[in-house]
This record gives sequence, C-alpha cells and structure tokens, in this order.
Amino acid sequence: MSIDHSGPPDASAESGESTDSKLQAEVRTEIQRALAADARRDPRGVAKVALKDVWLAYGDNEVLRGISFDVSEGEVLCVLGGSGTGKSTILRLILRLIKPDRGEILISGRDICQAELEDVLELREQMGMVFQGSALFDSLSVFDNVAFPLVEHTNFDEERIRARVAEVLQFVDLDPDEVQDLLPAELSGGMKKRVGIARAIVHQPPLLLFDEPTSGLDPVTTKRIDELILKLRRELRVCAVVVTHDIKSAARISNQAALLRHGEFTFMGSPEEMFASDDKYVRAFLG
Amino acid sequence: MAEPSAGISLPRLLRDLILNFALDVQEYFALLLRVFRTAVTRPRYVRDFVQQLDTIGVGSLFIVLLTGLFTGMVLALQSAVEMKEFGAVMYIGRLVGASAVRELGPVLTALMVTGRAGAGMAAAIGAMTVTEQVDALRSMGVDPVRKLVTPRFLAAVLMLPILTIITDLIAILGGMLIAVVKLDLTADLYMRSVYFTLADTGFIFRFIPIDVFQGMVKPIAFGGIMALTSCYHGLRTTGGTEGVGRSTTQAVVTTSILILATDYFLTQILIALLVE
Repeated sequence: MSIDHSGPPDASAESGESTDSKLQAEVRTEIQRALAADARRDPRGVAKVALKDVWLAYGDNEVLRGISFDVSEGEVLCVLGGSGTGKSTILRLILRLIKPDRGEILISGRDICQAELEDVLELREQMGMVFQGSALFDSLSVFDNVAFPLVEHTNFDEERIRARVAEVLQFVDLDPDEVQDLLPAELSGGMKKRVGIARAIVHQPPLLLFDEPTSGLDPVTTKRIDELILKLRRELRVCAVVVTHDIKSAARISNQAALLRHGEFTFMGSPEEMFASDDKYVRAFLG
Repeated sequence: MAEPSAGISLPRLLRDLILNFALDVQEYFALLLRVFRTAVTRPRYVRDFVQQLDTIGVGSLFIVLLTGLFTGMVLALQSAVEMKEFGAVMYIGRLVGASAVRELGPVLTALMVTGRAGAGMAAAIGAMTVTEQVDALRSMGVDPVRKLVTPRFLAAVLMLPILTIITDLIAILGGMLIAVVKLDLTADLYMRSVYFTLADTGFIFRFIPIDVFQGMVKPIAFGGIMALTSCYHGLRTTGGTEGVGRSTTQAVVTTSILILATDYFLTQILIALLVE
C-alpha cells in the first residue's frame, strides 16, 4: 500500500516521516509474511471465496436457493437486489456467522462450514468486514478501533501499531492526528464508514466484505467510498464481495455483478452486461 | 369476517413453550461450558477482567455500603420491638449477626449488584449485539464469549464474596449503631453477642465460622449466575433499542429469581453438609 504524501514537508518532519514510512513498510511486510504463512497451510487455494450450491431457509421461508459464485484476487463482486432478498445473509454466511442448510463455502479452498470454531476464527482473520452501520466499538477511540485487529492477532509493539494505524487512516483519507482520539459518536456517517474500512484493512486481509457501504450517504461521500474500494482493488489486489442496492456504485466498483431475487441469482455477469440485459426484472431493477 | 386462528391449539402452544424453555436451558449451560473452557485457555483478556473488577467491585461499593448499613439498622430496630417484650434486648447482636452473615448479606448484595452491574452488562452487550459490534468481533476472529462474557463472569465470581463481606460488616456496624444509640447497649456487649452467635455453629478449617463460610460460598454462585444470565440475555438481544430494554429487564428479573431459588437449595445443601 503506498501513501501519497502531498505537500512539501519541512526538514524535521521529513526525517520523522521517512522513519515512519520505514516502520510502516516493515509492519506491512510482517503482516504479509504472517498471512503468507497462513496461506501456505492451504495449498488448494484457487479462488479466495467461492459459494457452491448454497441453500438456506428460516422455517418455511427459503432465503437462498442454490447460490453459487467465486471471486478471486483483484476482483469485486457486487450482489444487488431489493431490500430483504438475503443479500447481507450471503456475507454472514461467508463469515460463518450463520451456517447454510447445505452447500459449500470455500475461503481460499477451505470449507468454512465444516471447520471447527478455532479454525473458523483463524479463517476470519483472513477477512475484513465493513458493516452497514460501521459497527465501530462505541467505548473505544478511533485509534483503538482501527488497532483492534492488530492488538488481537499480532505481537506488534505500540510504536508499530501506531505507525500502521496512521497509515491506514491516511489511506482512507482521514488525518490521524485529527481523528484518532475521537470516539465513534463524534464522527459523521461518512467518517464512520471510512474508519470501518480502515479497521477492516489494517491487517491486510486478502478478502473484504462490504455490507451496503454507501447506504445513507450523500453522493459526494458515496463517490469517495467507491473510490476507496477501487483503490483497494487496484493497489492491494484484494478480492471483495460488496452487497448493495446502489446500481451506480456497483457499476463503478465491480467487475462482476449479481442480481438476487427470490433466493436465486436472476442475473450474473459484468456490469456492462447487466445494463445491456433484456431480462424484465433486471430492467425493472435498473429503472 | 376473519376466521378464528384455527392453527393454534393449546397442546401445541404448550409443547412449543416447553421446547423453547428446554432450548433456552440448553443454550444457557452451553454458554456456561464455553465460559469455563475459555477461562482456562489462551488468549486471556486480563485488561477486560481488571476493568470488570473495577466496574462490578468499586462501582457497586457505594450501594452495597448503603444496603448493609440500612439493613443492619432496620434489623436491630425491628427485632428490638419484639425482644424488649421478653427482656432479651442484649441478644440483638446475635440476631443481626446471624441474619446478616447467613442470608441477608449474600442475597441483598447479589440483588443490589444485579440491579446495578448485571443490568449494565445486559444493556452493554445487548447494545453491542443490536449494533453488530458483536458480529464485528466475530468477523475479526475474536470469540465474543472469551472477550465479553468470561472476564465479566470471573470478575463477578471474585467480587461478589468481597462485596458480601463488606455488606456483612457494615450491617453488623449498623446494628451496633442502633444498639448503642437507641437501645443503650454497650458496643462490647453487642460485638460479643455477634461473635458468640457466629461461633455457635462451629468452625471450618479451624478458624472460619461455618456461618461465615456459608455466606462466602453463596456469593460465588450468585456472582456466576448474575454474570452468566446478564450476558446470556445481552447476547440474545434483538429488536433495536427496545430490545435492549427488554433484555435488560429479563436479565434482572431472571437473575433475581435464580438467586433466590439458588439460595434456598444452597442453604439446604450447606446445612446438610456443614451443620447436620
């Protein structure tokens, strides 16, 4: 991840910054090494996330009926659909917050549905989730929120954690000095989303999940969030599943789009193909 | 006109109620087992544990002091009315000491701490659940039971006995205050009376009066029940802020009933084991 430090800093600041950047680069390498070690445990890794014939019902209500897709490194899949069609359920299944009735959910080749709790926790370390309501920890400052995955899963000292947190906050266009001591309640909606993204990417997970990342935001902030997701795709080569009902956003950020209706994908293809589709429901959804 | 709801029959309703209750009990004990397992395995959240010691222990100290003081004073006042008739006012220390240490100290402390710390636990975890913060923990590979429940459980189990001892002492002192000021007894006579009643039932490990031991065992169980029940209801919260209120109420009511019921059974067991 490279950070664009704009503006001419003074000599002392420059020296401090170069030390900081060196430290940040070291921290990045250490995280990547740890993730690579995890990946080596799984030689079957083909796609980063793949769903194969996944079914889920709550009582008589069939939420998902044979859903399948796979998303690889550097790809973004947008799952579109109306409210209550089960879009967010797909993300909860990938994280195994819930289990499907049948089907496989492969994270880097390992079926998370069959894994023991300890293995599930380990697989979740390879994922970063951005929640619809940001889900920042109320009682923790922005710094502590973003640092949380590092504190939990690494042995980094405070200096390294500070360097990494500053780096990701800058990556999501937030000034670390201004925001890191604030509590989530003191942030605007857009800032919360960006802190949520910073928290999700701080440990450089290869798989990112976004639940309605732009809902409730104004068009300018929506565009900024979209650009952030594109930046993540371009610079970090993450694979991402984005759940949204914002068609413009989906067209901007994804290279695959899927439209969910009655528990099934009525359309799956590129955003361009979706816009060119003759399917009645797709046309109705696109307006 | 709409048909009456033909699908709902009394036996079916009863069956569903029993099934749901059985499922709740199963989940409750599954949570308890997970708490035990996470308490003895790594990683341990020492900072959260210390924070909970402060919240439950230091945070509840003031209400526990007040509870002890007024309980002791009322006990002395009420019993004095009856005892005067028999010329037994000098035994007021026996009554206050035995009641406070055996029953009122442990139970009232547990109920007061439930109202304060237990409700707080259910509300805090409930709010985290409905705002997806618990899911966020899970998504980051963190076990919410290990992070949220176990530190609270251990802190409650450790702090309740300490708070109970404080309540007992303050209740005895409150009784003494009334004995000296209102009933013209000397502090020495009152305290001797307290000592003899505690010594009457014998000692365990040679120097701990059985009454005091009983009064120490119960709060361990009450602390565990309070933390587990509050966290259980917190983690099951649904339905936004209204749901948080509902969970908090359920947590306090269920904990209070469980404490009173457990007190009865524990007393039976302890009397059978230690006194008889």
